[in-house]
Amino acid sequence: MTPGNQQASVPAYAERLAWLEAQEAETPADQRGRRLANRAWTALWPKVLAIAIVLGVWQLIHVSGWKKLIFPGPAGTLSDLWGQLQRGLLWRAIAITSERAVIGFALAVVIGAVVGALVSRIAPLRAAFGSLITGLQTMPSIAWFPFAIILFGISTTTILFVIVLGAAPSIANGLIAGVDYTPPLLLRAGKMMGLRRLSLYRYLILPASLPAFVAGLKQGWAFAWRSLVAGELLVIIANQPSLGVLLSTDQDQADMQGATSIIIVILILGIIVDMVFGVADRAIRRRWGLTGTV
Amino acid sequence: MARQGDAMTVTGPRQAVGEMTAAVRLTDVSKVFGRGTSAVRALDRITLDVPSGEFTCLIGASGCGKSTLLSLVAGLEQPTSGEVSVLEGGRGGGRGVALMFQEPALFPWLTAAGNVELALRARGLGRAERRQRTTELLDVVRLGGFGGKRPHELSGGMRQRVALARALAQDADVLLMDEPFGALDAMTRDLLHDELDRVCAGRQLTIIFVTHNVREAVRLGDRVVVLSSRPGRVIDEFAVPIEHPRRIDSARVAELAGRITDRLREEMSHDSR
Repeated sequence: MTPGNQQASVPAYAERLAWLEAQEAETPADQRGRRLANRAWTALWPKVLAIAIVLGVWQLIHVSGWKKLIFPGPAGTLSDLWGQLQRGLLWRAIAITSERAVIGFALAVVIGAVVGALVSRIAPLRAAFGSLITGLQTMPSIAWFPFAIILFGISTTTILFVIVLGAAPSIANGLIAGVDYTPPLLLRAGKMMGLRRLSLYRYLILPASLPAFVAGLKQGWAFAWRSLVAGELLVIIANQPSLGVLLSTDQDQADMQGATSIIIVILILGIIVDMVFGVADRAIRRRWGLTGTV
Repeated sequence: MARQGDAMTVTGPRQAVGEMTAAVRLTDVSKVFGRGTSAVRALDRITLDVPSGEFTCLIGASGCGKSTLLSLVAGLEQPTSGEVSVLEGGRGGGRGVALMFQEPALFPWLTAAGNVELALRARGLGRAERRQRTTELLDVVRLGGFGGKRPHELSGGMRQRVALARALAQDADVLLMDEPFGALDAMTRDLLHDELDRVCAGRQLTIIFVTHNVREAVRLGDRVVVLSSRPGRVIDEFAVPIEHPRRIDSARVAELAGRITDRLREEMSHDSR
């Protein structure tokens, strides 16, 4: 609709809108289902292609005979993975590792958000801790393990501690960046409306920071997941067969197929969570009109 | 009131209402940005009274400090010297000053209705009242059916109308408009002039409207104040004795606009000498 003949076309636009809504309401469920399947296929086929290419290259290396005795091919590995999926141990490991991931990441979100909120709004705190947070973000979290093991021993607490140290700085930084890049014009508009301090923060700065915050969450998740797997390889707790423990056992037994299976599981779990963040990110961008397609 | 707190520390205690007939009064106001040799004098000893209910247009070449002047009245900035005072509570329950920008400055995470409602929430209105007032205000700017749309789903003119509804939601006595239609095409602008006339008709609004479009100023204003550039000074003012409804392409508007343009040209040639 051209802005030029706006007044004339507003009723027409409204009618068209009503018509579109009516169409939406009358759409039969199966038609909607077909559309959904179409969309799913559009999203899926590049990924299927990528997996096929990886498997192909893998098979080629296997066929070439490089390290033939110890390097398994995709067929053997996948059947090993399939076998493990039939048994309870792998599922239990997935459950234990996922639980740690959820708890650790949740703690990191809470701590990161609180620290980010304080540091972004209080100038002396920012001067004191701003660069420290960025420094922590670049610190390889595996370096914290000796410190954490001495502090908490071989325990879940140690792993959670390192997850939080790995993820919270990214989350805090995401929020700080969001606050910093709140458009000045919107801030002026908010102040003119009479939003002050807490209300300005709650109704303007926080929602304006949301996209950067989600980006921080996504990055924080990547760090949390890395810290967790590293931690499970280093901190092996009895009777807690996590994915890291299975991987470590496979290493001890030189079970290459088993180790590769676990690596695939870890990769898939990481990708699934990353996709969840991707969906959240796209939903926000669509809502804000930041996508080119709307 | 808290929102005007900053401005009031400059203007001093509220003056006795009886002796202050102007809704906005600038007395000998100067604004200097920066210090020492790099200092820029944006406004120089501006004295201007805007009577309650008047539609005043400020016009001048770019760099004449028009926007700075609005920021001072809005309390977003403080004058270097002089006094800015805004008559408060003129209608009882009035809430000072509302400001509209060249960009709509709508919040992209809220719907059109949400944007209007937030201004009402900032005033502390309850939920039921907020909902009712939001509907009314969107009707006022003829966006009744578009409350659920997000800013990016609206056209430029519609967004600016939401911004107008949001400014009206503040229920301010004084509405400051900083080239609000400057980014719109001529036809949309023309329609929004009519809308603004209609909206103002039922309200005792004092408006200061900044523009560099002389015809727009004559089309809308009761009075056109001409500012010089660098530093901004009031050099002339013109009453607009043309009855409403006006048309931007009418002969009388064109004639007065021509005279004002001549005055501006004269001033600019002084400058360049």
